[in-house]
Amino acid sequence: MPDRSSPRPLAAALTDTVSVGVALVPLGVAFGLLVVEAGLSWWWAPLFSVFIYAGSLEFLAIGLVVAATPLASIALATLLVNFRHVFYALSFPLYAVRGRAARTYSMYALTDEAYALAHHIPEAERTTARVVWMQVLCQSYWVLGGIAGALLGEVLPEVPRGMWFALTALFTVLALDAYRHSRDVPSPVLALGSALVALLVAPGEMLVVAMLLFLTALTVRFALRRRPDGRGPDAEEAARA
Amino acid sequence: MPSDAYVLAALTTILAVTFALRALPFAVLEPLRGSAFMGFLSRYMPVGIMTILVVYTLKDVSLGTGWHGLPEAIALGVTVGLHVWRHNALLSILGGTAAYVLLVNTVLASAVA
Repeated sequence: MPDRSSPRPLAAALTDTVSVGVALVPLGVAFGLLVVEAGLSWWWAPLFSVFIYAGSLEFLAIGLVVAATPLASIALATLLVNFRHVFYALSFPLYAVRGRAARTYSMYALTDEAYALAHHIPEAERTTARVVWMQVLCQSYWVLGGIAGALLGEVLPEVPRGMWFALTALFTVLALDAYRHSRDVPSPVLALGSALVALLVAPGEMLVVAMLLFLTALTVRFALRRRPDGRGPDAEEAARA
Repeated sequence: MPSDAYVLAALTTILAVTFALRALPFAVLEPLRGSAFMGFLSRYMPVGIMTILVVYTLKDVSLGTGWHGLPEAIALGVTVGLHVWRHNALLSILGGTAAYVLLVNTVLASAVA
């Protein structure tokens, strides 16, 4: 068992999280500014970051909440936006984390960043303290950045117009990174088509409708590629496999 | 402005769904691991979901009035260009946002409502 009183796991975790901290603090500030700009009180910023703690979804939640979106739609949007987290369990080193409370926190705080950083910790050094401190620090950067941004937003006579674009830029960067990973053109094209159709048929529920359309399209694509005589986009790939 | 109770209910909803998504797979790991459909989704879903989110954030941009989406197009170009060039997420996000804030507060000022 790791020695919890030792400062060394914390020091090591500080080093582990420097790169992510550099990105999380300014993004947290942008998030805090947007919370205030949306008309919510500053203290909602830390509450969002404790309840939701999923960077991109928090940005999204501001808009959903201000538009008084029905809870069922919010649940469905959460399910679809955060669905990628399901796959993290396949390789996140939760086996290194001992104790019910620590394991619960570790699963709760399993963000994209924590998932990525956990793999940077050498196998032999993955102790409960090291992994959990890494996650606590990541969340701290984000929460503190959010509070700083929200307080800044309260003090500023006017939040500069156009700050919302940080969210567009964030998703654009995540899309480009995901594309570099998949190297697949049909998926973003299907998604773009789903988004535009949803904008036309259901502008009020655009997000959920677009994601369901996209999921349906992907399922059809999967079925096509699985069929031996399939003429789907991946027929050649399936034939090779 | 929505009531505090509604916002809290919304946050609790998101917490429950997010935690379930993060925690349940650890309990039902084995069936998931072997599923071809899960493997397919894990590869092809993220890029599409992010694309939809980009469109969602831009859905209120008016193409018919003002600058017809010009500042958004420029800032999007800056973000993509920076990211393809440097592969640095923070630089791309800050650069794109700074470009947009600068544009809509100066030369293309009438673009946002």
